[in-house]
Amino acid sequence: MTRLVVGPFNRVEGDLELTLDIEEGRVAEARVATTLYRGFEQILVGRPAHDALTIAPRICGICSVSQSLAAAAALREISGVMPPPNGELAANLVHAAENIADHLSHFYLFFMPDFARAEYAGKPWHAEIAARFKATEGTAAREMLPARARLLHIMGLLAGKWPHSLALQPGGVTRALDLGGKMRLLAILGDFRAFAEKSLFGAPLEDIAALETPAQLRAYAEKKADFPAFLRLAGDLSLDKLGRCALPLMSFGGYYGSEGPLFQAGVVDPAGAVKKMGRIGEQVAASYFADSAEDPFRAHTLPDMERIGAYSFAKAPRLDKNPAETGAVARQAVAGQKLVRALLQNSGGSHVLARVVARVVEIAQVTIAAESWARALNVRESFCETAPPLASGAAIGKVEAARGALGHWVSVERGHIRAYQIIAPTTWNFSPRDAAGVPGPLEQALVGVETGALGAKAAAIQHVVRSFDPCMVCTAH
Amino acid sequence: MAALEQGGAGLFAELHNLGLDLLWHPSVSEATGAEVLKIFADIETGAQKLDILCVEGSILRGPNGTGQFNRLSGTTRTLLDLTRALAQHAETCVAVGSCAAFGGIPAGDPNPTDSCGLHYDGADPGGVLGAAWRSRSGLPVVNVAGCAPHPGWIVETLGALAAGDLKSSDLDGFGRPLFFAGHLAHHGCSRNEFYEFKASARTLSERGCLMEHLGCKATQAIGDCNQRAWNGGGSCTHAGFACISCTSPGFEDARDTHVTPKIGGIPVGLPLDMPKAWFMTLAALSKSATPARVRQNAEADRILVNPKRQK
Repeated sequence: MTRLVVGPFNRVEGDLELTLDIEEGRVAEARVATTLYRGFEQILVGRPAHDALTIAPRICGICSVSQSLAAAAALREISGVMPPPNGELAANLVHAAENIADHLSHFYLFFMPDFARAEYAGKPWHAEIAARFKATEGTAAREMLPARARLLHIMGLLAGKWPHSLALQPGGVTRALDLGGKMRLLAILGDFRAFAEKSLFGAPLEDIAALETPAQLRAYAEKKADFPAFLRLAGDLSLDKLGRCALPLMSFGGYYGSEGPLFQAGVVDPAGAVKKMGRIGEQVAASYFADSAEDPFRAHTLPDMERIGAYSFAKAPRLDKNPAETGAVARQAVAGQKLVRALLQNSGGSHVLARVVARVVEIAQVTIAAESWARALNVRESFCETAPPLASGAAIGKVEAARGALGHWVSVERGHIRAYQIIAPTTWNFSPRDAAGVPGPLEQALVGVETGALGAKAAAIQHVVRSFDPCMVCTAH
Repeated sequence: MAALEQGGAGLFAELHNLGLDLLWHPSVSEATGAEVLKIFADIETGAQKLDILCVEGSILRGPNGTGQFNRLSGTTRTLLDLTRALAQHAETCVAVGSCAAFGGIPAGDPNPTDSCGLHYDGADPGGVLGAAWRSRSGLPVVNVAGCAPHPGWIVETLGALAAGDLKSSDLDGFGRPLFFAGHLAHHGCSRNEFYEFKASARTLSERGCLMEHLGCKATQAIGDCNQRAWNGGGSCTHAGFACISCTSPGFEDARDTHVTPKIGGIPVGLPLDMPKAWFMTLAALSKSATPARVRQNAEADRILVNPKRQK
């Protein structure tokens, strides 16, 4: 057996380290660690409750809106304020802009450049992929980055700026759009649709959202655009057999409105069958933290670098004591998206292909939904209700970030934060082992991956890790 | 990551156009693992030239001065140690964001990780490099402050360095480039008429000035935020919430973001360099002269009274 320590692991957000035990050219055991701890939960305690909206988003430069919305959701429940319909629609639009921008960054800047690596030089598709996706040099970024920046003009309109806005409040969104603003919003979404249909999909968004079967996906893969190009190489490399993980898939549900959420909350088993949402707890057996209650409402976060057996600054979140996977694949599976359900069913669990397909298909779905939210804005009505002063109470703010289920467990006493616990999507996916020694989702997905003679440099390792689109700064916060 | 929004043809084209060759960035470069460690090693032996070292994020000194709260993954080395080492080889050192500049949010009370900036610990010179430190080019650490900093501040600072155009006289007392630090966030605020007449918003989403009641620090905070567009046309005050002075050291320890601290009904934090008595006199005067249009619109989330010529 050989032990490899892999790092610095880049093109992920934040600090990630893998320890891989290799036997006969395959990963026998994996340990996943985040090597950065900043102490946001400690910093939040004692501050006026509303200041959570200033501090929490700054956990992360790419999940900032999700962190805002989770904090706002918790404070909303404690205060009892109800945002007007415009407030919900505008928050959805801001959230959609961040999530789509993150999905684009992931696909174009983090994930695809690995297929441009010299390791694949012998593949018939390599020259085309390298020209398009080579890190910092490929032609795709010249189209994607301006399209992404234009999409983020939604932030300029509705949230002031991105990242780190205070526009997202418990009572709605602080900026009331006028008629011109609403038209600008529609124009931005129109520009984004044009980019997505031409460069990313090579097809109308509605066709992508309507994909239901793997056979339809294979037929669509013949088109000329970036997503089909990925699907073709995914077929060649059998990415549906890589990075398998057969764990429950969990979603907190996303994009709320008068007709319920766009994506339902819930849990499905690895084959896609619906399960009951279980009890959430965090364990610290393999984490650099002092013992603490598992229930996030009673837990605290105090570093303990001397802890025996610890190897990560991430805690180990568990759903009814078991690890669970979260992210676009879980969100789509829980929401009943047929293609993603079929991909899971065929394999008895998630894999690299399903994770990426779920994310990219979601770009089409959410863009279509965003257009309808923008049209539904009634610029003659209010966007924000004033929240009453916060007294005492406790609530969980749950949202779906780009990377999956994000929860803020907040307790407020006399208007101040008594306790604040955050469980981020990548804390679930890149969880270390728990008290029973059970590995987290990525730790399980890496087992069996072939490294061959390349060892830590094997692109397969890179694909599996990046297929989760980890955000390590959120993970240990 | 904020910088990704910069440039008409994208960040990579923009860097190229400004004469910048990106050696490595954790978010976008191909090189990973051992390849990256080789780049670091080559810089330390002098085999690889390092013109600009960009540092993002606070430097964590804890626990107990070990820096172990942030270890370079794949190694036993801390970021504290790596940053100090690379800084010695860099022609110029740039702190990108208020965290790397001053410590930022992680340094917020109780500062659990003993974090600070490269060249400042909050407002105090020092940080992990020490107050007397200067880079090979003779510059102090160039602090592109902000949480997050504007993409333009980052890329234009790097471009100016590449062009050999950024001198120590182009920096303010906190090492912040004057092309943005010479302005106040207040300059160009779309609420200027409300400010002039002290017609104030009472709650979030109202159109009036945010200074009197809602905690806005734009008259004290540096930044050309309201002169250059954020994300195509926004800014904090434009979107209806207070400037929290995120370009300033210590902003992380302010309490009650959306409440203006007052003594005897008078805001404590008045405009940066204006005599208090004058401000009070002018405020009283302008309040008494406020047109009904301005007064009514200040307390609404949309324009209720349109401008029109007096008959």
